[in-house]
Amino acid sequence: MTDSVGNKVDFWRKVHIDRPLLMGLLTLMSVGLFVIYSASGQDMALITRQVTRLGVALVVMVLVAQVPPSFYLRWAAPLFIIGCGLLVAVLLFGVSSKGAQRWLDVGITRIQPSEMMKLAVPIMLAWFIARKPLAPTIGYSLLGLLLIGIPTMLIAKQPDLGTSLLIASSGLFVIFMAGLSWRLITAFIAIVSASAPVIWIFYMRDYQKQRVLTFLDPEKDPLGSGYHIIQSKIAIGSGGMEGKGWLKGTQSQLEFLPERHTDFIFSVFAEEFGFTGVLILLAIYLFIVARGLMIAIQAQDAFTKLLAGSLTLTFFVYVFVNIGMVSGILPVVGVPLPLVSYGGTSMVTLMAGFGILMSISTHRRFLRDN
Amino acid sequence: MLNWRRRVAIRDHLAEANLFARRVVVALVIVLILSFILLSNLYSIQVNKFKDYQTRADGNRIKILPVSPNRGLIYDRHGRILAENVSVFSLEIIPEEVTDLDKLLTRLKSLIEIDDEQVEEFSKQIRQQRRKFKAVTLISRLTEEQAAILSVNQHKLVGAYVEARLKRSYPYKDLATHAIGYVQKMNQRDADRIEAEGNSANYQGTFDIGKLGLEKFYESQLHGIVGHQEVEVNSRGRPIRTLSELPPEPGQDLILNLDIEMQKVAQQALGENKGAVIVLDGKTNGVMTMYSNPSYDPNDFVHGISHKKYNALLNRRRPLVNRATTGLYRPASTVKPHVGLLGLEENLITTKTRIWDPGYYQIRDLEHKFRDWKKWGHGWVDIFKAIEESCDVYYYDLAVRLGMDKISEFMHQFGFGELTGIDIHEEKSAVLPSRGWKRARFRQPWYAGDTVNVGIGQGYWETTPLQLAVATSILANNGEFFEPKLVKATRTKNEEIELPVIDKPSVQFKNPENLKTIKQAMRGVVAKPTGSGYKAFLDAEYKAAGKTGTSQLIGIAQDEEYEAENLAKEHRDNALYVGYAPLDKPEIVVVVVMENVGGGGKNAAPVARQMMDYYFQNYQLKDETKQ
Repeated sequence: MTDSVGNKVDFWRKVHIDRPLLMGLLTLMSVGLFVIYSASGQDMALITRQVTRLGVALVVMVLVAQVPPSFYLRWAAPLFIIGCGLLVAVLLFGVSSKGAQRWLDVGITRIQPSEMMKLAVPIMLAWFIARKPLAPTIGYSLLGLLLIGIPTMLIAKQPDLGTSLLIASSGLFVIFMAGLSWRLITAFIAIVSASAPVIWIFYMRDYQKQRVLTFLDPEKDPLGSGYHIIQSKIAIGSGGMEGKGWLKGTQSQLEFLPERHTDFIFSVFAEEFGFTGVLILLAIYLFIVARGLMIAIQAQDAFTKLLAGSLTLTFFVYVFVNIGMVSGILPVVGVPLPLVSYGGTSMVTLMAGFGILMSISTHRRFLRDN
Repeated sequence: MLNWRRRVAIRDHLAEANLFARRVVVALVIVLILSFILLSNLYSIQVNKFKDYQTRADGNRIKILPVSPNRGLIYDRHGRILAENVSVFSLEIIPEEVTDLDKLLTRLKSLIEIDDEQVEEFSKQIRQQRRKFKAVTLISRLTEEQAAILSVNQHKLVGAYVEARLKRSYPYKDLATHAIGYVQKMNQRDADRIEAEGNSANYQGTFDIGKLGLEKFYESQLHGIVGHQEVEVNSRGRPIRTLSELPPEPGQDLILNLDIEMQKVAQQALGENKGAVIVLDGKTNGVMTMYSNPSYDPNDFVHGISHKKYNALLNRRRPLVNRATTGLYRPASTVKPHVGLLGLEENLITTKTRIWDPGYYQIRDLEHKFRDWKKWGHGWVDIFKAIEESCDVYYYDLAVRLGMDKISEFMHQFGFGELTGIDIHEEKSAVLPSRGWKRARFRQPWYAGDTVNVGIGQGYWETTPLQLAVATSILANNGEFFEPKLVKATRTKNEEIELPVIDKPSVQFKNPENLKTIKQAMRGVVAKPTGSGYKAFLDAEYKAAGKTGTSQLIGIAQDEEYEAENLAKEHRDNALYVGYAPLDKPEIVVVVVMENVGGGGKNAAPVARQMMDYYFQNYQLKDETKQ
């Protein structure tokens, strides 16, 4: 790190930016732009829109980073309660699109409360768990689980399986990092596995079941529901070690691959840059994860530690679920490849998350001085 | 707040930090394990199974498209194009690319004219469609204006395409339809047959196939060999670019013996009359003219003929029938030379033999009178007069003395009752009667009266005009027998191959003088003022020989007179003429058959004269300069 160069450190700290993290994020964003350009069939207009979004997201990140962690601590509960209220409102008065009710029409624009909850839940849980000494007791942990359960259920009901999964895990990560005893973790996993059939029968919608079935055997319906995953695997596999070269992926350029510039962008990347490119891309992600965990360890108090750890691990969940689904080891759920996929709202939320990480990382000494 | 601060104060920060750090390490380990799982799966896909997926990716993007060969052209003997390939625009729709078919059709109808029959046929084809993403034709022939309108509006017509394709065209329209035939869209039966012949690979890109005439008979030569194009396609199957190409080998051209101008002469000479004209090259039996009247325009069939037009062709004049090879006519007096020749060969008559013709003939003492066409009789008749004036009684007598067995056996050698071997499939063998034939056909014995009728080419005897032409050519060529052929040569890019003239066993004569006698009599038909073809060939500049014929279509009762004026047109006699010229070194053989017009000398002979006149005015010079 550049800690030895005093002036520089001071500058970055003053603007509350964590330089290694920023470098990692910018690298990912640039890679994303190149892949989107290829996947969209050299659509410059699309690139322009994405650049605009990235700019907005970066500004949001910087703004969020200026706010000290104590502010989030104070606002944890109100944010969470408002978010849950909005989720209920979505279920009652929400706007439907593509079979799911995710938006709330507030006159000027549409808002997606589930995006807000991606931050509100980890903040709330971190605040809640950090109120008591670590590790949390069984009873307190169960209360925490209840807090996670409410928004998760509300979002799953929209239905938005991908987001509810991410939100649930962001909460669970907090409890896990807080030192929940291993015995409880084991028991929890056992209960979830046992209740899987119940969820399947009573809770999951037909299209969700279809996704899981397709994941188990995509070749059964190669032109229908299995088409996405088969074409995706063909794209990845035909990339080989070196890849076909930028703009030369036949699966993407000839439009065999669906959702090329959004959810399946990793397949385009893997086809054009091969396993070598995949290694590099994953290394960048792991670098960001490592940096996030380091910030968590160095954080000053339990709240910021737990929050930083949760945000970082959730980011990794994005990566794991997305790559897992496009390469056929996880069922297809709508999770984008963070900072690379084309898309708006989730990117802003994600960058706001990194803003919080940077705030935690750069407000340390300030807090200690206090 | 105060409360919270106090509680923080009693916490063991170090222990918590340690606990948290341990959990971070655990989390990191899990992250690494999960990453390893991702990577090992990706490694297996990208490195271990690379070949598999590469093959599948290529299978996705590379399609082998057949490139249909250009069909061989058909030329007449002077190099005039009779069948060519012209670029035609068609409107095709790929149903899978259309979201709302009815809406598209309405939109198309607002731009160009589409009739209901086309829509109906189109819907039928969609229902029968088996292959996905295959274009279905809505309109097979767009005018240039329509094609332009559609092209301009292409962006509004998703799933509809204007395709340019080579289509067969017959510039001389109805002049030689029965000979050339036509091509039409392949149907399931054609496809099944091609499959059975193991030819389906060669027909992958082919739309049309020969359905009639030469187009059908020479299908394999005309078609050519399919080529292949390796193209890259997108997910919707549209070709993006060509990767490699094996060009098709075009079909062979056909060069015919036919002279299209002579076809025109024949058409004009026949006028409104139903009938057929055949002109054979006297040296090889190459078919210079084969015209059947009325004819029809084959171009309608190429583009899918409408029901209305087709029904119009199924009228009583029956234009679809090739009268030259499938029309069955009693040969009537045109076979008298052959019967006479048999009499001479069998020594039943000589040039000196004379019989008395009172106008009728009776078998021994039976009451039935077989009438001569000349009511009051020809008087004393020898073989010359019997042919020149076409005396029936002479032949009644001769036929009875010959007996049917001998007649059948002899006439068979001239190809009667057999396919001539012409190079189209539409041919009938007609009927050369015999005892066995009658027994098999009617379960009746052969009566002497049957022989009497056969002696003048009536009764059960039926021939096609082409058979008559071949039989006449055998006389003209002193017994030599060639199969008549429409095609003279085939031509590939590099060479022209003359098709061999096919010899059949020639007819052997006991005494060559007999044939000379018959030829002399046939010369008399046109050269002597009493000859039945004299008027028609008056002042001809070449030495023609021939024989007229008039075949009855209805039986005439005893003692009743045939009066053409009193008969309905369709019951009137058929007129026939067979002939050749010049007498000693025959160059052409001509046969004319006209239905329901009356006497052969009056009606058919003048048509033959026109054909011969045209030939001698145009050919002798041409062929001499050529040699």
